[in-house]
Amino acid sequence: MTALDHLVIAPIVIPAIAAPLALLVMRRRRRVGVAISLAGCMAMLVAALALFGIAQDDAIRVYALGGWVAPYGIVLVHDRLSAMMLVLAAALAMIVMVHAIITAVDRKGWHFHPMFHFQLLGLNGAFLTGDLFNLFVFFEVLLIASYGLMLHGQGAARLKAGVGYVIVNIVGSALFLIALGLLYGLTGTLNMADLARRVAALGAADQGLVRMAGLLLLTVFALKAAVAPLHLWLPRTYAATTPVVAALFAIMTKVGVYAMLRTVPLIFNDGAGAAAWVPDPWLMPAAVLTATIGFLGVLGARAMREQAAFALLGSTGTLLLAISCWTQATTAAGLFYLVHSTLAGAALFLVADVTLRRRGQYGDAVVASPRFAEQQATALLFLGATVATVGLPPLSGFVGKLFVLQTVATTAAWPLIWATVLGTTLFGVIGFARSGSAVFWKDAPEGDAVVCPDRSRAELIAPCALLAALALLTLGAGWATAQAQATAAQLFAPQRYLSAVLEEGR
Amino acid sequence: MSLEFLIASAIAVLTAGGVYLALRGRTFQVVLGLTLLSYAVNLFLFAVGRLIVDRPPLYAKDVVAHADPLPQALALTAIVITFGMTALVVILSLRSFLETGSDQVDGVVDAPSDQLRDEPAP
Repeated sequence: MTALDHLVIAPIVIPAIAAPLALLVMRRRRRVGVAISLAGCMAMLVAALALFGIAQDDAIRVYALGGWVAPYGIVLVHDRLSAMMLVLAAALAMIVMVHAIITAVDRKGWHFHPMFHFQLLGLNGAFLTGDLFNLFVFFEVLLIASYGLMLHGQGAARLKAGVGYVIVNIVGSALFLIALGLLYGLTGTLNMADLARRVAALGAADQGLVRMAGLLLLTVFALKAAVAPLHLWLPRTYAATTPVVAALFAIMTKVGVYAMLRTVPLIFNDGAGAAAWVPDPWLMPAAVLTATIGFLGVLGARAMREQAAFALLGSTGTLLLAISCWTQATTAAGLFYLVHSTLAGAALFLVADVTLRRRGQYGDAVVASPRFAEQQATALLFLGATVATVGLPPLSGFVGKLFVLQTVATTAAWPLIWATVLGTTLFGVIGFARSGSAVFWKDAPEGDAVVCPDRSRAELIAPCALLAALALLTLGAGWATAQAQATAAQLFAPQRYLSAVLEEGR
Repeated sequence: MSLEFLIASAIAVLTAGGVYLALRGRTFQVVLGLTLLSYAVNLFLFAVGRLIVDRPPLYAKDVVAHADPLPQALALTAIVITFGMTALVVILSLRSFLETGSDQVDGVVDAPSDQLRDEPAP
């Protein structure tokens, strides 16, 4: 093995080193700790980009941890999908980290940087692993870190929401373990490739159980993705936490979507008997519900953070509408929309953050206030982020929604999907127009003047960077579409994954 | 009564109790519910390698029949993780109770009559 082959494990090793180092140094030399943390983010981004470049040759690479070959050992699998998710996570983390440092949010507690890296460790591990139990462990890693990050800065409201968030996720973990136990009991393996082979070979007596195991597993992923009716934890949690953390959490719902994309075409495909496309009858109506609830929430939200949380929910619903058709073309559209909705959701939270930091006692409440510092700049940022989120031209949301609408047109459920996407877009436009005009347009000269310390202009860098990324995604939409299509093609050829893991890996 | 029936009913009772308690309103009961649920899950994981009596889980040349060692490793990992989680949720609910004055999971403050502090005598 050459050094380049070991690069696959870098996205897991880098945060695993950066987090404890930052933890050790932070108390004595704060700046050094922050520098380590930033360097870790940078290294992760470089590694992710390199892996993305390597994955361009369409090969599926397998990294056997400790040299134990699959299905006995645990493998990391590096293909187009995992590389894409790694780049997305690293880029988002970089921007969010810079924003946290500039706005000094990371100084509200000692452990922001270590927890941030443990969160990334869990995310990257979940994207890379080829083993279901390992996926569970990485889910736990990212959840444990997210509990800490969610409570960062503390306060009664945050604690209240935090208790609910933790309890929901612990129940989710219990369900995950039951699903894993069922699958192991049926097949005697937890390696995803081996599982795919053995689920296809199950006898008639086990069909009911394997369907149940599949549904339980997908229920857990749906809980992580905040699919209605399992979405109730999300708006509360994301609206109560620090907006910076919520911006990072924009990728957390996508982990659930990623896990669905990874397992369903691979394990629960046409060959899986009773468990074939097991989420099929449920996911589409749930996605319709999620998108509707999300954008209705945008319409009714009383604060910008709450609105951003509901918008994130709605865009996950739109994304799942595309994915729940389970065809190669719609999955490609879904992948494009996944990247877009992560960046747009994070942008909304960061814009809410910079606004809330300038409105003093008015915070991010959707009410008119007297003029506040840099009102025009934040208003423009809000306009950009919302245009992207609801999918108006010219930003990538428009391209993404168009792509979704175009690809689902050949499926049977297209009238429902079209109605949902177009209807929720309307809700979104009205909702954001309402909050934008209340916060940025209306003037309340009779109200108390805004009491707020002067904020640096540098705080606008990170939201601008996110909007720039969205603009790039729009300009490079042709390239990004081709990438998404190649990724979907790889996902819908599970035979190649099986042979890469089980035959070439030895 | 077979061993399978015993284990299965134990898991069932633990799960039922766990689900009931986890749906209660107060954090203490919810924590107990989560603990019961995790016991049920651990027992279940332990049993997925089939219930086999008196066989070693390790490979040796002279051993012909083994028990499956993997579920034991899985259960061990699950125990460690759920133990840590339970500790976290205990601390968290305690902090939440101290800060908000309510041990309701949704943080809604209790009616004065059933608050947990000592009411001054009238």
